[in-house]
Amino acid sequence: MDFDWMKIPYAFLTVFIVVNYGFLMGALIQKIGARAGRRYGIPIWQYYMDVIKNYGLRSSITHGVMFYLGPVFRLSGGVGLLLFMPVIYGSYMFSNFSFAGDLILALYFVFFGTLGMALGAGESGHPHAAIGVTRGLQQVSMAELPFAMAVFSVALQYQTLSMTDIVAAQQGGVMNWTLFTNPIAVAAAMLAFLGSMMRPPFDVFIAPQEIPIGPPTEYHSSYLALMQTNRAIFPVAKIVIYMNLFFGGAASWPELFVKVFFLYLFSAFVGVCFPRFRVEQSIRFFLVWAVPLGILSIMVV
Amino acid sequence: MTVKPELMKRMVKGPDGLEFEVDPLRDYYCEAPPTVMPGAYIQIVEDFFNWARSQSLWILGFGTGCGAIEMRPLMTPRFDAYRFGVAWRPTPRQANLFIISGYLSTKTLKRAIRAYEQMQNPKYVIGLGSCTINGGMYWDSYNTIKKLDEYLPVDLYIAGCMPRPEALLAGFEEMKKIIRAGKAEGANQYAENFAWYKANQKRVIHDWDMPDYNW
Repeated sequence: MDFDWMKIPYAFLTVFIVVNYGFLMGALIQKIGARAGRRYGIPIWQYYMDVIKNYGLRSSITHGVMFYLGPVFRLSGGVGLLLFMPVIYGSYMFSNFSFAGDLILALYFVFFGTLGMALGAGESGHPHAAIGVTRGLQQVSMAELPFAMAVFSVALQYQTLSMTDIVAAQQGGVMNWTLFTNPIAVAAAMLAFLGSMMRPPFDVFIAPQEIPIGPPTEYHSSYLALMQTNRAIFPVAKIVIYMNLFFGGAASWPELFVKVFFLYLFSAFVGVCFPRFRVEQSIRFFLVWAVPLGILSIMVV
Repeated sequence: MTVKPELMKRMVKGPDGLEFEVDPLRDYYCEAPPTVMPGAYIQIVEDFFNWARSQSLWILGFGTGCGAIEMRPLMTPRFDAYRFGVAWRPTPRQANLFIISGYLSTKTLKRAIRAYEQMQNPKYVIGLGSCTINGGMYWDSYNTIKKLDEYLPVDLYIAGCMPRPEALLAGFEEMKKIIRAGKAEGANQYAENFAWYKANQKRVIHDWDMPDYNW
């Protein structure tokens, strides 16, 4: 098998761009949320400060091996997701390690970080962490169901499991996007999207006002900094999947930045408008509204 | 020193019928005393970290007295402390600034010590209000402490009864200057004078039912 070694530095470049973009966009969305509450909001560089500070803390304690591995799994979930899909369509530099069946791998990687977090949070031994991660897993599993159905629907529609082919099929005008060719699948997926973005109304498991911040209760210093880095990468990586599957992909970085920003803004917009769901309410919401849409989208295709 | 029954050494029968001995203070806590942790070896790196630390103050959201009411308006649109890089964290593990907001009863002092010791080095303490300086209006109370400095290493006091949120904001700016100057080494000071601090703490806390240092 011939492997192109030049892809490795290019992949690092992708991760570097996405980390910086993730930090800045996260802060910007935070600011927009603050403006909705009539506050000025955090400085745009705040996330850099937080991460540098957390890496710079002198002491850190451990609760065991899985406690170490939790954030590592989480980060590898985000980075892995990013590296195994075509970030920029038609670009050799930023196609990364995408291959014919990458859609299945992406579905797996979306869930991978959460599972790693469950193991790490469990080992920390804090009851808040255990309860938080249980709630989180319940909700993410439920949100994953309509998303998986929407993905199957799209895979059936285009008769392929390769993300590059799916993006290729959507080229040539806005009307070719899955958003317009298969709107039911997109509707189901966007409801699932809300559920997995860790923003209100679906953020009861990490909300500071509920059980104090849930799974990361015991995480601090570099562990927390790793998880913060992942918080910059993972949403962008996940939105890139959505963008590739439903919104025509992106042929250049500026196009990607704009599309990802607006998709993220969608979840932030819903977040500032609606109050928080309890876990059983959110599960019921997904069962009643999102899952039937997902089934319908598969049947229609 | 009286130890609570649930903290005493005892035999426990597990779900599989096996009996084993449990010593809660030993098994559930790490009793290693704190150590002095030097900063980065290269001064410019340490300065860089100090600068980042000063821009990202994470406060432990733990109100110990009436002064806590003055911290809440800081989150609201009127004062909005977030724009100064100040945020609240609900867990001591992630916080690095502990605000003792007002009087500390000896009962709360115990919780404050536990919370402080769980925070990670470097950590800072701000004493808010006159009560933390000299007891304030509780100067002759039998169950509040008078000088906070004897129990925890304080970096900064904000005087007043109560100080307004504006005074707190000014205090944060002052705290940032101290951190940037590299003078906020409270955690190391605590580790160096550990015996003295513990003796002071145990003098007022009579039901000491926890290990000497809980990480």
